[in-house]
Amino acid sequence: MSTAPSMTASTMTEPTEFAFDAESDALIAKVLARYPESRKASGTIPLLDIAQRQMKRTTGSAWVPRVAMDVIANRLEIAPIRVYEVATFYLMFNTKPVGTWHLQVCTTTPCWLRGSDEVTAACRKFTGIKGWGETSEDGQFTMTEVECVGACVNAPVLQVNDDFYEDLDAERTVALLEALQRGAPPPAGSTTGRQTSAPEGGPMTLLELPVPPGSGE
Amino acid sequence: MLSDKDRIFTNLYGIHDWSLKGAQARGDWDGTKAILARGREAIIEEMKASGLRGRGGAGFPTGLKWSFMPKESDGRPAYLVVNADESEPGTCKDRDIIRHDPHKLIEGCLIASFAMGAHAAYIYIRGEFYNEAVVLQAAIDQAYEAGLIGRNACGSGWDFDCYVHRGAGAYICGEETALLESLEGKKGMPRLKPPFPAGVGLYGCPTTVNNVESIAVAPTILRRGASWFSAIGRPKNAGPKVFCISGHVNKPCNVEEELGIPLRELIEKHAGGVRGGWDNLLAVIPGGASVPLLPKSICDDVLMDFDSLREVRSGLGTAAVMVMDKSTDVIRAIARLSQFYKHESCGQCTPCREGTGWMMRVMNRMVQGRAELSEIDTLEQVTKQVEGHTICALGDAAAWPIQGLIRHFRPVMEERIAAYKAAHAAPAVPAMAAE
Repeated sequence: MSTAPSMTASTMTEPTEFAFDAESDALIAKVLARYPESRKASGTIPLLDIAQRQMKRTTGSAWVPRVAMDVIANRLEIAPIRVYEVATFYLMFNTKPVGTWHLQVCTTTPCWLRGSDEVTAACRKFTGIKGWGETSEDGQFTMTEVECVGACVNAPVLQVNDDFYEDLDAERTVALLEALQRGAPPPAGSTTGRQTSAPEGGPMTLLELPVPPGSGE
Repeated sequence: MLSDKDRIFTNLYGIHDWSLKGAQARGDWDGTKAILARGREAIIEEMKASGLRGRGGAGFPTGLKWSFMPKESDGRPAYLVVNADESEPGTCKDRDIIRHDPHKLIEGCLIASFAMGAHAAYIYIRGEFYNEAVVLQAAIDQAYEAGLIGRNACGSGWDFDCYVHRGAGAYICGEETALLESLEGKKGMPRLKPPFPAGVGLYGCPTTVNNVESIAVAPTILRRGASWFSAIGRPKNAGPKVFCISGHVNKPCNVEEELGIPLRELIEKHAGGVRGGWDNLLAVIPGGASVPLLPKSICDDVLMDFDSLREVRSGLGTAAVMVMDKSTDVIRAIARLSQFYKHESCGQCTPCREGTGWMMRVMNRMVQGRAELSEIDTLEQVTKQVEGHTICALGDAAAWPIQGLIRHFRPVMEERIAAYKAAHAAPAVPAMAAE
């Protein structure tokens, strides 16, 4: 965990300049090697992601300030508007600062059927956040309503930064938030100790050791 | 019930080692060079003979799709693009393939790319699957290091590169041409077809976009033979398939089963049954958010395959089964999907951009019952005006769940309206469909 930011998400303002650091530059070189030389624009989403991660690393808040978008446009030799429109089209880019822990609550039907209302209520109560997209006063938490994150058989799911916490209820949500507040995120995955997407209580298929296909059929 | 020896994804639950060593112990990368040595035509013919239909939702025959790629290059490179933007509500199968069996996907990428004359594949994975992308990249690095991909892949003489490209949170990028736009660094707005990607796709070059599962099953099909695959399932609906069973069941899970398994058997054998017993079932959405829901009476004996579900005016889609028991407010369940489509519409086509918002607002009133009876018909009519009038299928996908609701649960909607009227004795607000 990086150290707590000197400014909280709610007080952080648009910086006047941005430059990729050495760690980001190394990633950018790898990313751009994937696309044909004349198709550098393909790097737009990856570079926005790298910029957002650098902001997280250096300020504690994962977001992309406009000056960073300009730097990306320059690096990819495209018009700045091409970067702005991508940054605002895709939900994962935060165009304003977020808290240390970005609580992305999935409330789409499969999670709702399994109790995402409970998870939402627990997050609100614990953080004091009232509306979606808001950050708690201490700058620790931001709550965002997200659409299906794709872990539906482990619903309800709460995505915190990069990690999915699954099979939640109100109680386990609070335990998770307490751990986050202490700066000690538990391992990602099911919060009930379930084996990934297997049924509760253990797999009922794939019980025999896998036989290599084609060997002895 | 499918037996374990016929299951393709032998590490579906991540119990075993996902890395190259573990994958090879499970039979991956076995004789890949010999498969490639059969030649492009033979591979495509075997895939066609297997009867594999695309696992991403539309169910288009995979071998046939591969055959659309140009036989001779006109100088432009060809690409395979793997759609790992798994975002259809209810669906979480590709995630398991990527994090637990990544080598099946990578080997499939090599074989499919070879069969369509492509030297490069891009795997477009949804941005939220960060940890999954890390595993996938590590698996790709292992495959490069072992000489399985890269120059002279598997000693076949074919050069092949495989890249991971992470998205950033947009359902629409699961639509193949929006995905290509996104991969080119743009907003994910679908392209008009024709031209089809096989002619003009990524960077203006011939491209085939396939779902993760479709590509990942290819090596096993080619090793065990088309006849093995086509013998599983039902005619024209061949093979095993990963099902995702979520919602009001006792044990939600992913499971690989044969196509054509009765829905009831799928739920009772693998997911511990409906909460409160089968008679407590209200409805099931059988194939991801985009397909119309089915009331219990149909669920009782419907089979889970492309054609059986189409016969009952729904669809297999991604085989994501969402179960709702009798405690469910079914109107709210569908209204939440309307909110989903409103959020995810890219805004390019007017009927979808305006229609999804309109449908969501009316659906939200239907949840309360704050509507006129006649508005149910108006709502249905509007869904028909959105459906089929947009560049991509998102408009259709937004319309179908509502049509399904009206088709099967109109009395519930009418009761809700009557209850609201009764509770608000004063004359209701004049009928204003769009608020």
